[in-house]
Amino acid sequence: MTALLETRGLTAFYGDFQALFGVDITIAEGETIAIIGANGAGKTTLMRAISGVLRSDPETILCRGEAIGALAAPDILARGIAMVPEGRRLFPSLTVEENLLVGAYGKRRGAWTLGGIYDLLPILKERRNTPATALSGGQQQMVAIGRALMANPDVLLCDEISLGLAPVVVRDIYAAFPRIRASGAAIVIVEQDIGQALKVADQVYCMMEGRVTLSGRPEELSRDDIHAAYFGAPSHEHA
Amino acid sequence: MNMLDTIVQGVLLGGLYALFAAGLSLVFGIMRLVNLAHGDLIVLAAFLLLVLVSTLGLNPFLAALIVAPVMFALGYALQEVLFNRTLGKDVLPPLLVTFGLSIVIQNGLLEGFSADSRRISAGPLETASMGLGPVTVGLMPLMALLSAVAVVVGLNLLIYRTALGRAFRATSDDTVTAGLMGIRPRKIFAVATGLAMVVVTIAALYLGTRANFDPTAGPARLIYAFEAVIIGGLGSLWGTLAGGVILGVAQTVGASINPEWQILSGHLAFLAVLLIKPRGLFPRAVD
Amino acid sequence: MSIAMPSLKVETGSKASSLALFVAFAVLALGLAAPFLVSRSTVQDLFFILTMLVLAQSWNLLAGYAGLISVGQQVFVGFGAYAMFGAVILLGVDPLPAILIAGVLSMLLAIPTAFFTFRLYGPYFAIGTWVVAEVVRLLFAQWKALGGGTGTSLPREAVRDMAGVSLLRDLFGMKPAEASDAITYWLALILAAATIGFIYRLLRSKQGLGLAAVRDNEQAARAVGVDARRMKALVYLATAFLTGLAGALIYVQKARISPDAAFSVTDWTAYVIFIVVIGGIGTIEGPILGVVLFFLLQNLMADYGSWYLLMLGLSGILVMLFAPRGLWGAFSDRTGIQLFPVRRKLTGGPSIHQGGFHG
Repeated sequence: MTALLETRGLTAFYGDFQALFGVDITIAEGETIAIIGANGAGKTTLMRAISGVLRSDPETILCRGEAIGALAAPDILARGIAMVPEGRRLFPSLTVEENLLVGAYGKRRGAWTLGGIYDLLPILKERRNTPATALSGGQQQMVAIGRALMANPDVLLCDEISLGLAPVVVRDIYAAFPRIRASGAAIVIVEQDIGQALKVADQVYCMMEGRVTLSGRPEELSRDDIHAAYFGAPSHEHA
Repeated sequence: MNMLDTIVQGVLLGGLYALFAAGLSLVFGIMRLVNLAHGDLIVLAAFLLLVLVSTLGLNPFLAALIVAPVMFALGYALQEVLFNRTLGKDVLPPLLVTFGLSIVIQNGLLEGFSADSRRISAGPLETASMGLGPVTVGLMPLMALLSAVAVVVGLNLLIYRTALGRAFRATSDDTVTAGLMGIRPRKIFAVATGLAMVVVTIAALYLGTRANFDPTAGPARLIYAFEAVIIGGLGSLWGTLAGGVILGVAQTVGASINPEWQILSGHLAFLAVLLIKPRGLFPRAVD
Repeated sequence: MSIAMPSLKVETGSKASSLALFVAFAVLALGLAAPFLVSRSTVQDLFFILTMLVLAQSWNLLAGYAGLISVGQQVFVGFGAYAMFGAVILLGVDPLPAILIAGVLSMLLAIPTAFFTFRLYGPYFAIGTWVVAEVVRLLFAQWKALGGGTGTSLPREAVRDMAGVSLLRDLFGMKPAEASDAITYWLALILAAATIGFIYRLLRSKQGLGLAAVRDNEQAARAVGVDARRMKALVYLATAFLTGLAGALIYVQKARISPDAAFSVTDWTAYVIFIVVIGGIGTIEGPILGVVLFFLLQNLMADYGSWYLLMLGLSGILVMLFAPRGLWGAFSDRTGIQLFPVRRKLTGGPSIHQGGFHG
């Protein structure tokens, strides 16, 4: 069976600087995976490569067996891969509702509509006519997630959605994930918050310095293994 | 009484200037591109209208219906082939490429049509006028002003009420993230420039029927358009309309004192606004 | 980050540049002798090339190094020319000191014009300078004492009795017209050499380094303490002075002025922009190469009128799209040759990889 989304020996460069060294990741239909790692491990670069913001060699990224590495972002979206970018990147000139609507620009039909998003994240309905960047950080993150869902993705890439948010806000955001999973979408979560990631993921990949250093199901991975993969040294004392 | 007439004529003239400026304002708002060939493209459209009107005997308004899609295609192609390659952090390439285009269009028109002054005949409409309270206004200038209002209303509806308009604004905010939404910024830019050229065609219609024009008339139109945009403030089409009207009134008031001062007083009004409110009278954009 | 850097040296010189210095002096010496060696029409051609070179180097300094893209430098050509005419006709000053007066007045004019145009950013600055040039043109068209819109001529005796003419006549038996051509030519040669020398020294100085920093990244430059606005304003004033001098000099030779000609955007700005862009913006060599090409093309295509300008416009577009650093830039990138090396090179250290770090 071909995977929904797969990277094979994916590399990435910023000028002369190599950010990814042969990354292999596989996502099946409806699966949730988490990619964890410290700052600078290459997680965001991986997301940028998959979403088409960075172009790669065609054969290094496959979607249902099709080589999509060299495609531009709009063509990646057309294949059902939507992204919630790091830092949310809402459109400041657009209201909350317009940000959501712009997410449907690619016109992929499916279960998610404006009504569905408002149902999932009711606070957005209340604030629908507010300029998107006037919302609180947590609400902005909800808009960014809703915006990506409006494309009715088969794969939802979530890059650092809890970054800079209070734990209680993060919990509210993650509360929406079971329903997103139930809609059938596969989810890729990039997180520095390991606890959160382990809770929701079927499969975990740990990255360090542009390489996958550890992968497995959350219950198979020991805390020491993760710590070693994360920081590059076995843990002896841990808070 | 006489002063009232002067001001009314200035307002009407301002409608024409707003038409010159609306396309420039639209394109700058979406892609931060200032097209130095904008005035020459207006003159090019006027010559296309002239050809249709004088050789086929078409009504100028009907001719505009034919020229508008041609100009849209030209704008789309120019953006795709030339301007998109120049967009980036550096302001030099777009300025120099559009400046080169301005010279190319001017001299191409000189070769094709000679340096003679031309005018598009609008038949009896040219001299038609109507009483508007105590003043008499020409029908064509009045239609120019109404067209300017219609263009501003239409563009605002497009920008704030349609999916295409949302895509315009999203792309203007952040091209990379717009790409993640399935928007192709280069296509969006091409459509925007195409639309600007449709407005340019409307401007050309009133420019060509109102007064004589020749192949070198473009740069002055660019300057009026630019002044209207800056007076009104970046990013607001209503501001651009107001800017055009202020420029028009300044010119007719100046001309009523001394006919040689018409253009000069327009420029001085612009400099005065720049002095008092450098961001224009009705600024909206933050950049 | 700490990297051991063995014997790093910052160099701006090159072998080609010391050769270039020698050649430059030889050319200068030959240039000074030209009026005795070549015909009067050739001297006039050389005068044209040299004055265009001054305008091109000034615009290049402004746009290529300070990032101030002006489409309104004709204001200083026209103003300089009119200031010279005014000094000669209204005050009875000799044309030669009048040129210097014109340069100073042009620089003074740059203060109020900068006051307006510096409020505009990037592309808007460009059109703003153009509006200012139009305003000044329209004002001079109103000045009846200098001929208003139709313009006026320099009194014949003013040029004939110009300082130095009688000396040349006595020494070399030159006719007055020949002598005044020779004098304006020498002035153009000195002005061109001085302009290049000034720009070269400026770019190699500490201020030049600040200027390069401003051009590359204004915010970063400001963060390390470079006063970007002040640097730009100083460059703007300096180019106004040089452009005003050149304008006055050109019109001593033309001896006939009108607002439309003296403030012509085509003659004094469009040509100049194409010379710089095609030759190579942001290099000192580029405008030199550009002005020579421009002169050859103009002579070759003199009979084709607007086709010539059309072709120039097309070439400008093509160069900007496919060789943004111009013909000289393309040549220099391929060969590594720099005649006026102003870019700093690090020598002796390890090669350092650069790149961002993006998580």
